[in-house]
Amino acid sequence: MTKIVAKTGNEAMAEAMRQINPDVVAAYPITPATEIVQIFSSFVSNGEVDTLFVPTESEHSAISACVGAAAAGARVMTGTSSQGLALMHEVLFIAGGLRLPIVICEVNRALSSPINIHCDHSDTMASRDAGWIQIFSEDPQEAYDQTILAMKLSEQLFVPSMVTTDGFIISHAMQRVEIFDDNEVQEYLGEPKRPYNLLDVDNPITVGPLALQDYFMEIKVQQANFIKESRSKIKEILNDFNKKMKRDYSVVEKYMMDDAEFCFVALGSTAGTLRYTVDRLRKEGEKVGLLKVRFYRPFFEEDIVESLKNIKGCAIFDRSDMFAGTGGHLFNDVKSALYNSSSRPFLKDYVYGLGGRDIDVEDIESVYRDIKEFTENNGKGETVKYITVRE
Amino acid sequence: MKDFFEIRWHGRGGQGAKTVALLFADSALATGKYIQAFPEYGPERMGAPVQSFNRLSDNKITIHSPIKNPDVVVVLDQSLMDTVDTTSGMEKGGIIIINTVKKPSEIREKYKINDSIKIFTVDASKISIEEIGVNKPNTPMFGALVKVTKILDFERMLKDTEEKMKKKFANKPEVVEGNIKAIKRAYEEVVSE
Repeated sequence: MTKIVAKTGNEAMAEAMRQINPDVVAAYPITPATEIVQIFSSFVSNGEVDTLFVPTESEHSAISACVGAAAAGARVMTGTSSQGLALMHEVLFIAGGLRLPIVICEVNRALSSPINIHCDHSDTMASRDAGWIQIFSEDPQEAYDQTILAMKLSEQLFVPSMVTTDGFIISHAMQRVEIFDDNEVQEYLGEPKRPYNLLDVDNPITVGPLALQDYFMEIKVQQANFIKESRSKIKEILNDFNKKMKRDYSVVEKYMMDDAEFCFVALGSTAGTLRYTVDRLRKEGEKVGLLKVRFYRPFFEEDIVESLKNIKGCAIFDRSDMFAGTGGHLFNDVKSALYNSSSRPFLKDYVYGLGGRDIDVEDIESVYRDIKEFTENNGKGETVKYITVRE
Repeated sequence: MKDFFEIRWHGRGGQGAKTVALLFADSALATGKYIQAFPEYGPERMGAPVQSFNRLSDNKITIHSPIKNPDVVVVLDQSLMDTVDTTSGMEKGGIIIINTVKKPSEIREKYKINDSIKIFTVDASKISIEEIGVNKPNTPMFGALVKVTKILDFERMLKDTEEKMKKKFANKPEVVEGNIKAIKRAYEEVVSE
C-alpha cells in the first residue's frame, strides 16, 4: 500500500533514509542539504530508526566514518552538498576503490568561488571520476525512489552511490510524492550484503593496504572492468525495481524521441521543464524530443548513441563547466560517445543555470531555434553557448 | 490557456510566507490535485521581503522554472507594497489579496493598481492578534485565499489544517484553536471593492 504525501526533495530523501533504516549515518550539515540529516536525526532521537548517528566535525570526517562503518559490514548513508562533497573528495576515491556500499544523498550546489548556495552541478561533476554511481533526480518523487534504489545498487554491486537533487529547486520544493510502506522497502532491500567484513575475527583481512607497481594496476583494472560490466547489472536491478515497486524508470529516459529530428539532453530538474517545453513545441508541429540522463556514472554510452541515431541536431544542457575551454561535462561525454558512431547529430552545448540562474520555457524555446539554425548551417560556428547571461 | 494555477506570496521574513505556501500545497494535495510549493531563497533576515510560490494542476507538474505570471498574489504585509512591485507579472483578471486595514478602493488609489486586477483586503494582523495572540497573518490569509479563489473546499481545508496543526502543536491546543478561528474570521471578513 503506497500513500500520497506532500514532501520537499530533502524531506523525501530523509523519509527514504528512515525506511532504509541504515546502521550508521555520519554527517556534517551544509546548505541546502542540511535538512536531510537534520530530519533524519529527529528520527534517531524519536527512536524511529535503529541508526547510530555520528555528528562529525567536518565532511571529511563524516565520509571517513562512513568508510570505516561500511568496511565493518554496516549499512551506511550520509548527506551533503557542494563544498561538503568537495571536502569529502579524497575519501570518495577510497570508498570507490574499496568497493564500499555507501549511499550519499547529495544536493547539487555550486562550488565557490564566488560563494553561492544555489544549484548547479559542479560539485557532483567534480566527483564523477571517484568510482561512484551517480543518479540525478528530476523531482522529489525520483529523489525518494532513487535513494532506495541506490542502496540496493550499492549493496548488490559493491559500488558506492550518490543520488542527487537540484539545490532549492528540488531540495526545498514541495511536490506530490508516493511513499511505499516501511516493510515494502525493507523487503525490497533485504539483509545488507557485504564483500567483506572487517570485524570478522575468524577471517582477518586487511582493508586498504599498499599496492605499488606490482599489483596496483591489476586492482584498478579490475575496478574499471567491473564498472564497465556493471551497466548491464544496473539495468537488471532497475527492471527488478520497476517490477517490484511499480515504477517505470530507465537509465536514460526517452520522451517523444521516436520521430524527433531535434532533441534536448539534460540532467536533473531541468529535464522536467524541458519535457513541458517539448509538449508546447510539439503542439506547434515541431519534431522535438528529450533525452533525460538519469545515470551519469556509469555513463550509458551505447544507450545514448542509440537514442540519438536518427536525430539531426541535439542541444545538450549543461549545468556545469569544465573550465577546459570545451564547455560542460555532459556535452563532452556525449560528444566522445558519438565519435565512433556512423550517424551523428550536430551537437551544441548550452551551459545554463550556474549558481542557480533561472531557466524558463522561453529560454528553452530560444535554444530550440538556435539548435535548428545550427543544424541548418551544418554545425558551423561556436559549439558552446552560455545562455541567460547578461550581455 | 494556462496549464496551472499559480500563486505568489509576499511576506516579511518571520511572517510565515514559506510555511503557508507549504500548508496550502498540502491541503490542495488532499483534494487530489498535483502541487508545487517553493520559496524564493535570498539572504533571508527577519523582516526582509520574501516570496514563496504555489503551482496547482489536475495533471502532473513537471515544470521547475520560477512563477512569473501569477494568477493570484497574496500580500502578508501591506507596507511591502511601498517598496516591492507586488503586482509584477500579473495579467488581466488577476487577483491580489492584501493584509491591511485599508479598503480595496484605497489600496487601488494609493498604489495605482489598474482596473484589470481585482483587489481584496482583510485585516489579518488584527484577526491574528485577537485570535492567536501574535501577529502571524499567514494562516488567516490562507482562509481569505480559499474564500476568494474557491480553489479548495473550505470545510475540508479547515479539517485538514486542524489535523496538521494538532500534530505540530500537540502541547498547545490553544494555538490550534486560535488559528482555526483566525482562518474562519478571515474567510468571513475578506472584502472586495
